[in-house]
Amino acid sequence: MQSEKQSNSLIKRILQSISDASLVPFLAILTAVIIGGIIIKIVGGDPFLAYKGLIEGSFGSPELGLEKSLKAISETAVWSTPYIFAGLAVALAFKGGLFNIGAEGQLAVGAVFSALIGYALPEWLGFDLPVYIHLPLAIIVGMLMGGVWAGIVGALKAYTGGHEVINTIMMNYIALNTTSFLLNGVMKDRSPTNVIARTPLIAESARMPAIFDGLRVHWGFVLALLVAFFIWWLLNKTTLGFEIRTVGLNPDAAQYAGINVKRTIILTMMLSGMLAGLAGSIEVTGLNYRHELGFSIGYGYDAIAIALLGKSHPLGIVLASFLFAAMRNGATRMQFLTQLPVDLISMIQALILLFVAADAIIRYIYRIKSKGERVVLTRGWGG
Amino acid sequence: MDWKRFGFIALIITVLFGVVVVVGQAKQPPLLIITSMLATTIAVATPLTLGALSGVYCERAGVVNIGIEGMMLTAAFFGWLGGIYMFQIYHMDAMVSIVLGVFFAILTGAIMALLHAVLSITFKVDQIIGGTVINILAVGLTGFLNRQLFFGKGSVFGGSVPASPGVLPTIHVPITELFTSICGSSAACLENVQAVNRVFDQKPIAMGAILLVFLSHYVLFNTRWGLRTRAVGEHPKAADTVGINVAKMRYANVLIGGMFAGLAGAYFTIESVPSFEPLLTNGRGFISLAAMIFGNWTPIGAWAAALVFGASQALLINMQIYRDVIPPQWAFLQQSYIVGLTPYILTMFILTGIIGRTTPPAADGVPYEK
Repeated sequence: MQSEKQSNSLIKRILQSISDASLVPFLAILTAVIIGGIIIKIVGGDPFLAYKGLIEGSFGSPELGLEKSLKAISETAVWSTPYIFAGLAVALAFKGGLFNIGAEGQLAVGAVFSALIGYALPEWLGFDLPVYIHLPLAIIVGMLMGGVWAGIVGALKAYTGGHEVINTIMMNYIALNTTSFLLNGVMKDRSPTNVIARTPLIAESARMPAIFDGLRVHWGFVLALLVAFFIWWLLNKTTLGFEIRTVGLNPDAAQYAGINVKRTIILTMMLSGMLAGLAGSIEVTGLNYRHELGFSIGYGYDAIAIALLGKSHPLGIVLASFLFAAMRNGATRMQFLTQLPVDLISMIQALILLFVAADAIIRYIYRIKSKGERVVLTRGWGG
Repeated sequence: MDWKRFGFIALIITVLFGVVVVVGQAKQPPLLIITSMLATTIAVATPLTLGALSGVYCERAGVVNIGIEGMMLTAAFFGWLGGIYMFQIYHMDAMVSIVLGVFFAILTGAIMALLHAVLSITFKVDQIIGGTVINILAVGLTGFLNRQLFFGKGSVFGGSVPASPGVLPTIHVPITELFTSICGSSAACLENVQAVNRVFDQKPIAMGAILLVFLSHYVLFNTRWGLRTRAVGEHPKAADTVGINVAKMRYANVLIGGMFAGLAGAYFTIESVPSFEPLLTNGRGFISLAAMIFGNWTPIGAWAAALVFGASQALLINMQIYRDVIPPQWAFLQQSYIVGLTPYILTMFILTGIIGRTTPPAADGVPYEK
């Protein structure tokens, strides 16, 4: 009896904490959707039809039939995969007191190297590799290069104090320029019909299989969920996670407690970059089978919104990724039904980000009392 | 700004100019190359100078403004759009439309800055997050409106971009005229004077930016307003104690900063080229911040740093002109993707503090709680 009561109250407590944590994000989404609707009305569209299109396009509906609905859900999962990885990347950095705006660049670097291993390694070696070697190798190399790319910024932060916000943005432009250079030059697809800046297709042995026949959703989606769990475990159950969080909360206290702050900053950035690199690798090996210039415009920036919306918690990020993926995926159907441009989605997402970041506004509108202390996300130039 | 910093700036500019002179002398005399580089440098440094000044005002008052990029982008769009509206819908004179466009851009910058001020001063949101919100909002808003108004079915302008009223004219500084009598009949002398004249013939925003640098220096360091601004940025509590309204000072300075960013936005679509494309600011708002940091949060220092970035951009532009005379061992200079990396790598290098560390205002980025 006693233990049943206890477990009951435990479940209640968990539910309570989930509803506490999700109340503000939920209201932020609601407010953004309402304002988005007003904007649609102003530009002469039908908000209800637009949102109907969004939902149908992302989750299907009886109207569309089973096959199309399954396809819609599969596509939402496909969209959510890079979002989960990139969102985790930004969130992990947040936990360590670092703001990684560079997921976009790290993702591109990961994608370039995965594609390179994917199409060029068999040529270099002169023989074909089995899939259980080639595929993991392509993914791991992409992941590590993403980590190195971000690690540079981490090292600059740790040893010179160069602020990671500006440096990650600069690294984005450097990544963009460099990949443009490579994809227009040495890595360009040499097939005679090709005029686009893209790599050749990667070998069959470097491709990730689809989970179901006929649907595009691939094992990378499952990997994303596993990695989300792994990050939760890493942050909450390991010494490294404890060190990352401590440095994030108070670097001076961490130093005093004997944590190597410099090392932790570099490691945090590298792990963050590895996650972003994974986002790129998985897109190449699981979905596109090549890297094409401009395939990822905005993943890295959406990732910031996702990390904030998910309150930097892996479960929250998975849910926020689904939401953003559903919006991106449903946008095509929305455009089909209402002629409204897809860019409308970016605006609604920006509004969601605005209200999530400025939760004080949401608390003010809906008269919710603030609980607990402020969370430190980033530090000023001096930090 | 100390001698070390100015020395570094002079060195980098000399190197960048030197490369172009060495490469281009097969085609043109050095004086012509140098003056053309200088003219380009001053012109393309304009948005960076104004962006850096925007940052100086905000951060001297204690508000970190990472949203300059977004403010510039939004202002570039609305300034351009406003000009088109005045010109096409209200049939105003082209010049009037252009000038009104500049005002719309400044106003847009101020409105975006107001959002930043509300977020960071009233609601005490993390200022870097607030700035990022502005950047992402700017991309979404301009991308959406650009598509909605000009392209696709049901767009306001019927599927195409209408002719814009054009760009601001170049203002001629009559140096050549002044020297005509001195040069007499010497054609070489006149040619040289004309080459030098090109440096001074700039467009209004570029000229205004330089005036604003010195005006801002005066305002920040020689007026009561400037003293109060710096006080709320360094020690808001002390400022509050002596009766300065911290929130009001911060609001005012963030709004001024927004206007500067708005004017920088106008440079892109009203002074440089009469068209808009999504993401046209291309990171220059962030480079402005680096210029501000390297300039130690002073207007003149920030301007000097902005000129370095301007020079590295001028290098890229001029390398395209001398593309065909680049010696084979320097073939990498033909790759615009590689030469285009210069400002970004320079920014990261400068931020390492190797050239000397700079100190931000003490209360920079810290919300003031009474």
